[in-house]
Amino acid sequence: MDMFNAIIQVLDSTIRLSVPLLLACLAGLYSERAGIFDIGLEGKMLVGAFAGASAAAVFHSALIGLGTAVLISVAFALVHGFASITHRGNQIVSGVAINFIAAGSTIILGQAWFQQGGRTPALQPAERFEAIIWPGAEAIKDVPIIGPIYAELISGHSILVYFAFAMVPFTWWVLFRTRFGLRMRAVGENPAAVDTAGISVAWLRYRALICTGILTGVAGAYLSMVQNGGFVKDMTAGKGYIALAALIFAKWKPVNAMFACLLFGFLDAAAIRLQGSPLPIIGKVPVQFMQALPYVLTVILLAGFIGKAIPPRAGGVPYVKER
Amino acid sequence: MAQAAIELIGINKSFGAVRANRDINLEVARGTIHGIVGENGAGKSTLMSILYGFYQADSGEIHVGGKPVSINTSNDAIALGIGMVHQHFMLVDNFTVLENIILGAENDVLLKSSIAKARSELDRLEREYGLEVDPDAVIEELPVGLQQRVEILKALYRGAEILILDEPTGVLTPAEADHLFRILKQLKEQGKTIVLITHKLREIMAITDTVSVMRQGTMVATRMTKETTVGELAELMVGRRVLLRVEKGQSEAGAVKLSVKNLTVKDSRGVTMVDNVSFDVRGGEIVGIAGVAGNGQSELLEAISGIRHAVSGEVMLDGKPIDLTGKADPGELRDRGLAHVPEDRHHVGLVLAFEENENSILGYHDDERYLKGPFLDVDAIMADAKDKIEKYDIRPGNPRLKTANFSGGNQQKIVLAREMEQDPGVLIVGQPTRGVDVGAIEFIHKRLIAMRDQGKAVLVVSVELDEIRSLSDRILVMFAGRVVGERGPDATEGELGLLMAGVEHQEAAE
Repeated sequence: MDMFNAIIQVLDSTIRLSVPLLLACLAGLYSERAGIFDIGLEGKMLVGAFAGASAAAVFHSALIGLGTAVLISVAFALVHGFASITHRGNQIVSGVAINFIAAGSTIILGQAWFQQGGRTPALQPAERFEAIIWPGAEAIKDVPIIGPIYAELISGHSILVYFAFAMVPFTWWVLFRTRFGLRMRAVGENPAAVDTAGISVAWLRYRALICTGILTGVAGAYLSMVQNGGFVKDMTAGKGYIALAALIFAKWKPVNAMFACLLFGFLDAAAIRLQGSPLPIIGKVPVQFMQALPYVLTVILLAGFIGKAIPPRAGGVPYVKER
Repeated sequence: MAQAAIELIGINKSFGAVRANRDINLEVARGTIHGIVGENGAGKSTLMSILYGFYQADSGEIHVGGKPVSINTSNDAIALGIGMVHQHFMLVDNFTVLENIILGAENDVLLKSSIAKARSELDRLEREYGLEVDPDAVIEELPVGLQQRVEILKALYRGAEILILDEPTGVLTPAEADHLFRILKQLKEQGKTIVLITHKLREIMAITDTVSVMRQGTMVATRMTKETTVGELAELMVGRRVLLRVEKGQSEAGAVKLSVKNLTVKDSRGVTMVDNVSFDVRGGEIVGIAGVAGNGQSELLEAISGIRHAVSGEVMLDGKPIDLTGKADPGELRDRGLAHVPEDRHHVGLVLAFEENENSILGYHDDERYLKGPFLDVDAIMADAKDKIEKYDIRPGNPRLKTANFSGGNQQKIVLAREMEQDPGVLIVGQPTRGVDVGAIEFIHKRLIAMRDQGKAVLVVSVELDEIRSLSDRILVMFAGRVVGERGPDATEGELGLLMAGVEHQEAAE
């Protein structure tokens, strides 16, 4: 039974840890499916986290925090669009620039506003998204097997967790069942076909980037207002890049993206769980090794275990009407 | 004459300093097929792009169905019933036919009703025009001919009454082209108006009712097709009488320079592409290899020029063998006097992103003429490039221009100038005039004959039978990897055609 409880705990933290990855991964999916590479997911998440925690602390409201996070993140997404769509700049350079601006500005503004070494004030319960306890969770908690699964895994998460997982089927539906999705996929493959069909390539790509901004904003808010009780500098810690890796691993498909993010989340959770405890046969393993494991696995998976991943064909190429 | 479907009045369009269209007037009658011919860069595509709203004219008027209209976007054109089939298809390769058809013409926010409507509409179009295509097929898995049909369906689905086709047969096999023409005739019978842009005069004669000729941005003439001839149109296109058959003297064949013996080449799948081929090319003669594309000519060329591995046989250059393992050093072959103008100038012959002067020495850049110590001698290279530009009439005459910005004919001249000016003993040319306009064809042919007259051995491979007949002193015909016949320059088209189709070969085999 101890073993069972341990597994439940690891799976529970898997879910918590994979939520920011999943949101960022879906965010990347919108922009890359529309043909805009977005290496700036990391930066947009970071500004979202900062803006969310700051606004929540100042206005004492979780919802205002979330709204601000989304607003600022969308603004950064539009900057990326202005550089790479309107002015046909290099999308990688623009994305990297956004990451740098995010890393620097959050620390400077945080110090200027709150004087806590770049942190934001610790959030009170009302300023965070609390866990939602599902009906009956308490009652059946002690029922073997089903009880812990319902009470720990399904119930007891913040609203943003459910939002993230609901976004998976929603994104699939948008991509494959709506006009916007059809056009977005088309513009990522052959923008000239979209242009000659009489649809604006630029406006379509801007709309995809707005979707990206909304999702990275929520991802950031989750980090600083759910997982943590406030903003800490560089708190995204490379999650934006892992999300990009997961996106490639998932071959730009929403359901695959969920499984990829759950896998990365699981590796993270397992690493935390196994820290310090001796492994069978090998014995005690240094903590650093366990922490590096998810990243090592990322490299291995991307290097050869996923088969051929074909990115959207117009990805990274600014659209120019040819003569 | 029937009422005009389209009328263009005084259209002008410039790109920077280049005047692509000047004072164009054009009237296309309803329910006819109207051809527009002209050399590459004459302004045909620009004019049609203006009509389709892809570009805006600097000045001029467009009338559709008798009323003046303004077409600022492709949407305006579509709304006026104008559809366009682009030279490079505007399709999303990994979408299904249905998805491509409805893209941009969806009913509402959700796709479900659009897909249902498109499915029944496709069914109707299939019945009315015989345009069969599987609606659920993915575009990239369809042959080119069917992809083009999807483009036509796309236009018809949007209610096009006027259909513009830009160089529609460039990518089609002859059989697919014939099928396309049948479809176009059927569309005409149903009352659609068709504008056909091409530089192939034979197509114009075969299918159009009227034809307009463009030259250097102006509309020089409009004729009823049945009242004109290929000769007249060709002359109007280039502005002077074109030698459709180059004049040349008797060849004075000398010693054997290139000798191919029992050469056999297999492709990567192990299929025999060149089957036990033997022939000689002497100095002072042009040997032409005719054949329908895909009968082993490309592989033969690649093996002789040392690029492709040959299974057996030998190739002698001036009496000494060439390495046939496919690992021959092209530089060494060049030093031995073998120059090669590859079939595919975009992928093999040129680096399109380079400047003209860089391409004009590419492959010979180790030559000490172009070096100053370990560095490139930029002055020498520029002087050399300017010299070639003048000799070969390469336009525009700017050696600093990116090669991609030259027209197909001028790109081909860059490759030819590079290879011919090295004064090789043997010149191998694949498709000397593919995608090249009439004026440049004549120039290239004259150059090749000049090489012959200097005593060089010239081997030409071409799928254009006219070209082979007009250039060659001896004609070899390839079919299914074999040389199935040798004829003199006076062989008739019919005789060669039968050989190319493998008719005589099969009879002999039985």
